[in-house]
Amino acid sequence: MSFLDIRRATKSYGTVEVLHSVDISVEEGEFLVLVGPSGCGKSTLLNMIAGLESITGGEIAIKGRTVNGVHPSKRNIAMVFQSYALYPNMTVAQNMTFGLEMHGVPKAERDHALADVAKLLQIDHLLDRKPGQLSGGQRQRVAMGRALVRKPDVFLFDEPLSNLDAKLRVDMRTEIKKLHQKLGTTIVYVTHDQIEAMTLSTRIAVMNKGHVQQLGTPREIYDRPANVFVATFMGSPAMNIIPASVVVKDGCPNARVADADGVERLLPFSQPNLAGREGREILLGIRPEAITDPEGADRKSSNIVAMSNRVGVAEPAGSDTFVTMTLSGRDVIGRIRADANVTSGEPFSFAINMEKAVAFDPKTEERIVH
Amino acid sequence: MASASSSAMQDTAVSTGRVTRTFVYLVLALFALFYLLPLYVMGVNSVKPLVEITSGNMMALPQVWTMAPWHSAWSTAQIGVEPTGLKPYFLNSILMVVPAVAISTIVGALNGYILTKWRFRGDTWVFGLMLFSCFIPFQIVLIPMAMVLGQLGLAGSVPGLVLVHVVYGIGFTTLYFRNYYAAFPTELVRAAQIDGAGFFRIFWRILLPVSGPIAVVSVIWQFTNIWNDFLFGASFGGTSQPMTVALNNLVQSSTGVKEYNVHFAGAILAALPTLFVYVVAGRYFVRGLMAGSVKG
Repeated sequence: MSFLDIRRATKSYGTVEVLHSVDISVEEGEFLVLVGPSGCGKSTLLNMIAGLESITGGEIAIKGRTVNGVHPSKRNIAMVFQSYALYPNMTVAQNMTFGLEMHGVPKAERDHALADVAKLLQIDHLLDRKPGQLSGGQRQRVAMGRALVRKPDVFLFDEPLSNLDAKLRVDMRTEIKKLHQKLGTTIVYVTHDQIEAMTLSTRIAVMNKGHVQQLGTPREIYDRPANVFVATFMGSPAMNIIPASVVVKDGCPNARVADADGVERLLPFSQPNLAGREGREILLGIRPEAITDPEGADRKSSNIVAMSNRVGVAEPAGSDTFVTMTLSGRDVIGRIRADANVTSGEPFSFAINMEKAVAFDPKTEERIVH
Repeated sequence: MASASSSAMQDTAVSTGRVTRTFVYLVLALFALFYLLPLYVMGVNSVKPLVEITSGNMMALPQVWTMAPWHSAWSTAQIGVEPTGLKPYFLNSILMVVPAVAISTIVGALNGYILTKWRFRGDTWVFGLMLFSCFIPFQIVLIPMAMVLGQLGLAGSVPGLVLVHVVYGIGFTTLYFRNYYAAFPTELVRAAQIDGAGFFRIFWRILLPVSGPIAVVSVIWQFTNIWNDFLFGASFGGTSQPMTVALNNLVQSSTGVKEYNVHFAGAILAALPTLFVYVVAGRYFVRGLMAGSVKG
């Protein structure tokens, strides 16, 4: 039995089922991120763990105790809200100790817990202020402090960084990760930002339309996405999905694609065994960073394919240049070194790292494993 | 207004030339004077001996200043058949207004809290019906109300009037508080739930402390309406009639000389509490009304 068990949990509003039989188990100290587009059910699931939404079917258990129907305050959880939800009429100190006060913790103990957490988050000097007098980042810290003071079994974060500006968001992200490493707490974190999901989590659950599409470590999700949705949702720019057909040459499966001029090219696979699919259509998945200039190619890869193709648009981004080209009629994005010499409309010799390429079934959109 | 001088130089969309502004202020001043005229007439005539009113100009300042009409209106004037002045009726009004305002405001706040943060099936219908009660004319409910008060044994008493005004006021106070709390973030209530606060604790500790502006609106509205009410007071007041009814009895008495100076003093006495409430809390009134109406 795991620390937090979600077993066949479903949620319906009237006759509309918004969450379909979700199974996730979280071990103690794990950082699970629920990620997906808006309306995928991730916040609903978080609220069900918190007890703010009822559970229609299935079961949620924390530390082996089923919490279906248990009041939020009795689940020993703490939640950090997107809007921080700080009580505007109370000082920071009162905000942070309100929960302890409600649970009947004596004043001396409350002050002690407050002092500890305030020191940890470096908000000692803010304790007498009202939330209205704080900046966005400070409010964020206070909201986390309010959760930490309670010493809950599970921390729930509901898009806590989405109200911050871009720079502060990156800083707070690092801060949350540090905090997790230091305290080893169990966290369930909801976001729609796939970079947040990748950087923070020990495991990710990618959700779409009320289904968990894939549950795994960030590496698994990134390198071996379960389906086209996961492949294109995680990663920026998104993974290139190119229609191709399987051709076996010298006993080795190849993806046959057409370049910008309609000339057919063969891209040999290294990993999925597509021998049984000769002549069949597939969707070839290649991440932008696997399409580079020859000098920028991964030296450790055993399967770099050189290919010359006409450049569509080159978009310098400072550290890299994103280059589009056409393969099988689709715009394909590559990521090449910033100082590579590339001109729009001219041929360029790309290096494609086929070791990282994946293939999807065009009908089911599931990844072809073997 | 701070940038009036500089904006006169600029080519702004609204013309703020000197001539225009003088004209605008002149018109506003005229209107203000016009609206203050009744107060002036009441004021000067309440401190004149009666002969100056009956013989001379109502607009003139008194030749002999006297507070006798005020004294008479307050404690000796003939109200109906008793020479008690308005004093006991003033007390009746206070005893009626204070609990009626307090109860209707608290109930309205609770209703608003429930209708926005503890929503239930059909809550919009409940709110719609309460809103509807704001549009029911007083006259329609007179007879049923009289029957209910009779059955409750509250007819002709101050508690009976309190009940009538509470029932009538809840529609308005609920409307105010519901719209105000609709803009209050629900996440705060959820956070408080996770923190372990219950229904009343959340109301008391989280919502009420930030309800100042709308509470002022509710209090002013209820206070002026209940204080100024005549119909319910005359119908259900019995032996505990409020100030408005007494003022009517004072002014409408058909025997003896019409003591206009006493009438003016009595009318000002009857209007003083509402004036006081407006002066003290008036600036919150508009602010609160706006805050409640932006979202809803």
